Amino acid sequence: MSTFNKRQIRRLVLMASFFVPLLAQAGTPDANRQAELKHLLIQDCGSCHGLRMKGGLGPALTPDDLAGKPKESLVATIIHGRHGTAMPPWSALLTENEAEWLIDQLLQGVSP
Amino acid sequence: MKKIFLTPLLALSLTACSLSGTQESALRGTGDLGVIIERADGNVLIVEHSNNEILARVEGLGDLSHASVVFSRDARYGYVFGRDGGLTKIDLLKQRIDKRIIQGGNSIGGAISEDGRLIAVGNYEPGGVKVFTADTLELVADIPATALADGSKNSRVVGMTDAPGQKFMVSLFDTGEIWIIDFSDKTTSEPQITKFENIGKQPYDSMLTPEGRYYMAGLFGEDGLAMLDLWHPEKGVTRVLDGYGKGEQPLPVYKMPHLEGWTVADDKVFVPAVGRHEVLVIDQKTWQQKDRIEMIGQPVFVMARPDARQIWVNFAVPDNQYVQVIDSETAEIIKTIEPGPGVLHMEFSPRGEQIWISVRDRNEVQIWDTATLEHLYTLEADSPSGIFFTNRAHRIGL
Repeated sequence: MSTFNKRQIRRLVLMASFFVPLLAQAGTPDANRQAELKHLLIQDCGSCHGLRMKGGLGPALTPDDLAGKPKESLVATIIHGRHGTAMPPWSALLTENEAEWLIDQLLQGVSP
Repeated sequence: MKKIFLTPLLALSLTACSLSGTQESALRGTGDLGVIIERADGNVLIVEHSNNEILARVEGLGDLSHASVVFSRDARYGYVFGRDGGLTKIDLLKQRIDKRIIQGGNSIGGAISEDGRLIAVGNYEPGGVKVFTADTLELVADIPATALADGSKNSRVVGMTDAPGQKFMVSLFDTGEIWIIDFSDKTTSEPQITKFENIGKQPYDSMLTPEGRYYMAGLFGEDGLAMLDLWHPEKGVTRVLDGYGKGEQPLPVYKMPHLEGWTVADDKVFVPAVGRHEVLVIDQKTWQQKDRIEMIGQPVFVMARPDARQIWVNFAVPDNQYVQVIDSETAEIIKTIEPGPGVLHMEFSPRGEQIWISVRDRNEVQIWDTATLEHLYTLEADSPSGIFFTNRAHRIGL
């Protein structure tokens, strides 16, 4: 087991402060996470919106249904939920980038 | 002499014929059969719980993202209600689709009448109830739900169950109503409908006591349950567990809980709390909250073993790999098991010595012993969800 000295820690922090914003900007989840997100989209979002996103307790989310809706507000709906409806805030399980990736999938159309 | 020789030969050849004749002509009962939904591909498995076997796969049932099943009174046919509005009648003995219709755009569940002659379906789209003859699936009645205030569409219908007196019960998610749909007048196919308004915000599902007396709808939009005594509907809907989580911030609900059958044990009713990692315990004599049991996640199904000695609970994502078992007498958790990711549904064998658990992401249905709480067998299934055994055919409210 090695321990870090102060200088190493400072270097790590510096590196992290350099890379984290880059990652946040690039934002695309890696392949493993994409697989997890796709699974969540079909199975968990699908519980209410249907495995084919044609709606259920929640509204339909096909590319036609989402056409013309601003992407930021769609992402916000995932992250913050929709008060007064059954749509929960997913911020405890998803980052904004991941929500954006999910919206991209919906806009392209998903199938189980 | 010739005749004497011929007769046994003839008898032998006849026997051989009936043995080698098609399997479907072999006599068998249906009391130990069941149906498992394969969610992703729109198939169902026909299973037998005497020998823990899969007998057949029936394909082509459409979108089964959300599906439930009721059985004909002779327990030969299963009626599968699919997400895409499909209503499929399956012959469990011939192991094939007997009849299939698309009756709506988006449905949530259905019920069979006490006389076994009517099938009713609750629909989200178009919001309302449709009723069909059980044998031929011909439309008997089309009952639109209350229109929303803006007139854009009708309320979504949830919590469909049969009730004694040739009745169906439903709750209206968007407009907060409970309806009794009464088909007891045999001179007309027009039902008599009794509507109870302002029963609470967003009823999400319902359950009925085993004797068919109390109908209870869980509320999503507020903390509490709405209850109707069917022996005294004139008394109206009353509120149970009003404001059970007062002053607490609810947690996000990643999956809507389900109320299925009536989980009553030792004069206590066990229901999932919405937005809390808790099972609520109601004293059935006073209808007051008696206890709250802290759980590992947001409960989805809270189901009593048929002898009511144990309560089995599964959970919403991200805790859907677990199942917890509660002792109904002490209201304590006796075991937490981990069948694997995506536990979606559970079904007890008719007398409860086994429980079948669908584990979606493992593509497994696991069979557990409820006395030892040990895993016994595993069956392979594609993305399994609901499990339904034919003993439901003879239970009010299922």
